Amino acid sequence: MLEAQDLECIRGDRRLFHGVGFRLDAGELLFLQGRNGAGKTSLLRMLCGLSQPESGEIRWKGESIRRLSDDFRADLCYLGHLNAIKEELTPLENLLASARLAGESLSEDDALDALEQVGLLGREDLACRYLSQGQKRRVALARLVKERRPLWILDEPFVALDVNAVAWLAGIIGAHLQRGGLAVLTTHQPVDIPAGCVRQLRLGT
Amino acid sequence: MLGIVTHTIARDLRLALRRPADLASVLFFFIIVASLFPLGIGPELELLRQLAPGVLWVGALLATMLSLPRLFADDHRDGTLEQLALSPNPLGLMVLGKVIAHWLVSGLPLALLAPVLGLQFDLAPDALWVLTLSILLGTPALSGIGAIGAGLTLGLRGGGVLLSLLVLPLYIPVLIFGAGAVDATVSGLGPGAHLSLLAALTVGGVAFAPWAAAVALKIALE
Repeated sequence: MLEAQDLECIRGDRRLFHGVGFRLDAGELLFLQGRNGAGKTSLLRMLCGLSQPESGEIRWKGESIRRLSDDFRADLCYLGHLNAIKEELTPLENLLASARLAGESLSEDDALDALEQVGLLGREDLACRYLSQGQKRRVALARLVKERRPLWILDEPFVALDVNAVAWLAGIIGAHLQRGGLAVLTTHQPVDIPAGCVRQLRLGT
Repeated sequence: MLGIVTHTIARDLRLALRRPADLASVLFFFIIVASLFPLGIGPELELLRQLAPGVLWVGALLATMLSLPRLFADDHRDGTLEQLALSPNPLGLMVLGKVIAHWLVSGLPLALLAPVLGLQFDLAPDALWVLTLSILLGTPALSGIGAIGAGLTLGLRGGGVLLSLLVLPLYIPVLIFGAGAVDATVSGLGPGAHLSLLAALTVGGVAFAPWAAAVALKIALE
């Protein structure tokens, strides 16, 4: 489903990586590893189409993502290391607004259910600026609960989460893979994700 | 398609209402700038009447400028802009929503405030009316053109100054026809032609600028 061929990334005058390629099919998980500065985030942004590779090609369902453009983005859910939540809005408003702007319909009940799962029920009407770092991360992750788009690209999703939340998120990703979804993620901590097929890709040596 | 525009407007308006200080600073800037001139020049009514259109329009222009850097900067900082760019909806439509929301919290209140400030310059009632109308018609173009500048300077150090240098020259036609409309009323020529040209600039600005701004944003995100 998702194929990358011979990707090269240049930042400034430094070549971060070259010749990177992989193939990911339905229900598979790709663990992206590498030291700090190896280009993990750069590669994820390339896979989303936010930046263009210096050379090489990325294909989704056999077609170049540049050509697919809107159709590819309709299949993609990206969670960057920034939370993409508004401090002035409440968790509930954030969740509803981000779903609408992504072109999805999310009912208020579904949103409340998602917030309950991330343990933020009771705080859904509190502006996000009063939440802790971990709780803000949970608001961002609540998007994933009702997310049914097939390709998830997650940049360090486990950062700032406590042990319970890490286990919960691993479960959510596992369920997504079970439904036939694909996931690409980076993490520095060892996490056990229940997946049929886990691929590893190490950037830099 | 229209849904995404209204959703963006609704979100941005809600955010603006949660941060009333931003809106207030723009309005107070306009009030102060427009009030300094009568104080500095003194009670020479003939001179004030002549200066009024230009001064009030430059004040509105600078007040709009003041609020531009925040148009995309907050969304850029917290990662929302990436999410907007990755949405299957065209980014241009979301920028259009942001431009409209920006106008609703800057151009519209400025236009409503303008006749009150115009009184300080001893403008006649019909000139006050045309002043309001011209600012109402012209400010959407300012928000649209400003969005291009805000997109181009996004994430740059000292972007605020660069933004003014980029955008202010592009504001000149709006300023000329806006102030010209009030001048024409005062001199008895009638503002029709100026207002039509102003409306044309706004239609052009609002229709095309969001797409140019969207391209600028995609470059800024790379």
